[in-house]
Amino acid sequence: MAAVLRSLLSGSVVSGTPLLYATLAELLSERAGVVNLGLEGVMLVGAVVGFIATVHTGSATAGLVAAALAGGLFNVLFAYVVVTRRANQLAAGLALMFCGVGLSALMGARYVGSQIAGLPEFRVPILADIPIVGPALFAHDALVYAAVPVAALTWWVLFRTRWGLSVRAVGENPVAAFAAGRNPWAVQYQALFLAGVLGGIAGAHLSLAVARTWVEWMTAGRGFIAVALVIFSKWHPLRAIAGALLFGGAISLQLQMQALGVPISPFLLDMLPYLLSLAVLAVWGGRARQAAPGSLGRVFQGTQ
Amino acid sequence: VPDAAVLRVARLDALGRFAALVALALGVFAAVLLVFGRNPLRAYADIFSSTLGSTYGFSETLVKMIPLMLTALAAAVPSRIWLINVGGEGQLFVGALCATWAALHLSALPSFLLLAVMAVFGFLGGGLWAGIAGVLRARGWVSETISTLLMNYVAILLVNFLVFGPWKDPEGVNYPQTAEFAAGAILPMLGGTRVHLGLVFALVATVVFAFVLARTRWGLELRAIGGNAEAARRNGIPIGRYVVVLMVIGGGLAGLAGMAEVSAVQGRLRPSLSPGYGYSGFLISWMAGGHPLGIVAAAFVLAVITAGGDILQMTQALPGAVVNILMAVVLFVVLSRQRARG
Repeated sequence: MAAVLRSLLSGSVVSGTPLLYATLAELLSERAGVVNLGLEGVMLVGAVVGFIATVHTGSATAGLVAAALAGGLFNVLFAYVVVTRRANQLAAGLALMFCGVGLSALMGARYVGSQIAGLPEFRVPILADIPIVGPALFAHDALVYAAVPVAALTWWVLFRTRWGLSVRAVGENPVAAFAAGRNPWAVQYQALFLAGVLGGIAGAHLSLAVARTWVEWMTAGRGFIAVALVIFSKWHPLRAIAGALLFGGAISLQLQMQALGVPISPFLLDMLPYLLSLAVLAVWGGRARQAAPGSLGRVFQGTQ
Repeated sequence: VPDAAVLRVARLDALGRFAALVALALGVFAAVLLVFGRNPLRAYADIFSSTLGSTYGFSETLVKMIPLMLTALAAAVPSRIWLINVGGEGQLFVGALCATWAALHLSALPSFLLLAVMAVFGFLGGGLWAGIAGVLRARGWVSETISTLLMNYVAILLVNFLVFGPWKDPEGVNYPQTAEFAAGAILPMLGGTRVHLGLVFALVATVVFAFVLARTRWGLELRAIGGNAEAARRNGIPIGRYVVVLMVIGGGLAGLAGMAEVSAVQGRLRPSLSPGYGYSGFLISWMAGGHPLGIVAAAFVLAVITAGGDILQMTQALPGAVVNILMAVVLFVVLSRQRARG
């Protein structure tokens, strides 16, 4: 029982980590007024670039940096289409997802089946020896430990810095932000680049730390779950931590039940995170909507 | 009254710009292939000769066009009142699932009746699946964009569950698939090709869609809601009901695509039912701006790309997903142009 509990807790943390990075990515971009349904594609590009860079350099850290940069640059492509060219965000987001699926499949074709050592695990001395909780929380890779601090940092940047104020102002009302002397386009480009970096890291955690291999479309809808999680967290970075942990728990529970041989089809168990997303949105969604940035999804046309 | 010559010049101009955009999209994809050490000219030669260069290839392209048109309508119908149905993929799977149930359990019926029942089941399956998202939206609980996206995964898992479990063909060794349908459950083919009656479904659905929009009270009310939902509500148009009904119709059309695929193309239910027709359909609807004729044209273009993907997988050893890049680039180009013009 203790072993099951430990794996369940540990699994929740590990599965929740990429979800948290992805949720923060989407949150940042939505705070700037841009819905990005292409996060799935950004994560895939991050996953494959991180994996390839790790294979060639032998260093998972180099892979992680490459993944973050690739995610950021890939999302700038999206920024060009929705900010500069003012295309519809939802359709452009799906196109970005397709682009990411295709591009990652093309790049990763030669690497399917390769294995890497991946991100090393750091055991926190003393803490890791606490029964059950210790190995579950304090024997992970660096990205797991960094996840909650990154969420806190995102909160601090959004709510305590000038730049964060610009981002939120542009997301609420770009015309007013423009009148106040900010450049909505520049702010959105910056926010989307950073969101892409976070999305790339989210993907890289899957390929470098969880699977340690590359599989086509390995994100399996996590990018979309992140979009739901942003609504669940009411566009607040700290609440996103709880959401990511809850959903990581759902994924972990399903893996544990399969490992234990619970006689339920794995396909039904796989539905858990998606059904949970829907249930959570149905309960919270209506009320959460009021917390949405004012001009989310609308295109800033300039002032004429 | 504008001068005819001016109009002609404008049209030539538009045509020229369209050609330039297509060339741009093809050029970007070629550059991507070049970067990864593939020969783009051979890839294009393969795509076009295999889809447009022979009667067989052309008929295979039409076969792909059927689900693409229907799933495009699945997105286009709700989009009349700004509903965003990204769930065509899941609705297609549920439609296929329901049609399969009918095919396996009612195979004693005469063929025409069985096919009709399968079509109705497919439509209802996809429609009710989308209707859930419609109700959630009408009540103001969950945005239909995100709910339809998430339900895609649930629908595909549901089909997997059935074909790996209770519905698995006992004689199928270990393949995850149902038993083969009886001959009576297979849609008739047209003119000795693999093009099936589904093409007629898709064309009729497109014509009905165009007619309803342009000529009926319904179409008028839809335009009113699409134009100004608040004003329409104050005029007593029941918006909530329209939201649910349009989602059901849209989902039903995607479900019909699923029925046609299992019946005519697969002959049994398999998890590999669709290479993402539902998502492509959504993109087609956007490219066409929801316009019926545009849907037919854009569905044809994406059918060429989709069929081309199968060929590249065989002749160039490229992953099948690679054509998604071409599709995305085409869409980026089209979307960028729509806004810049308006």
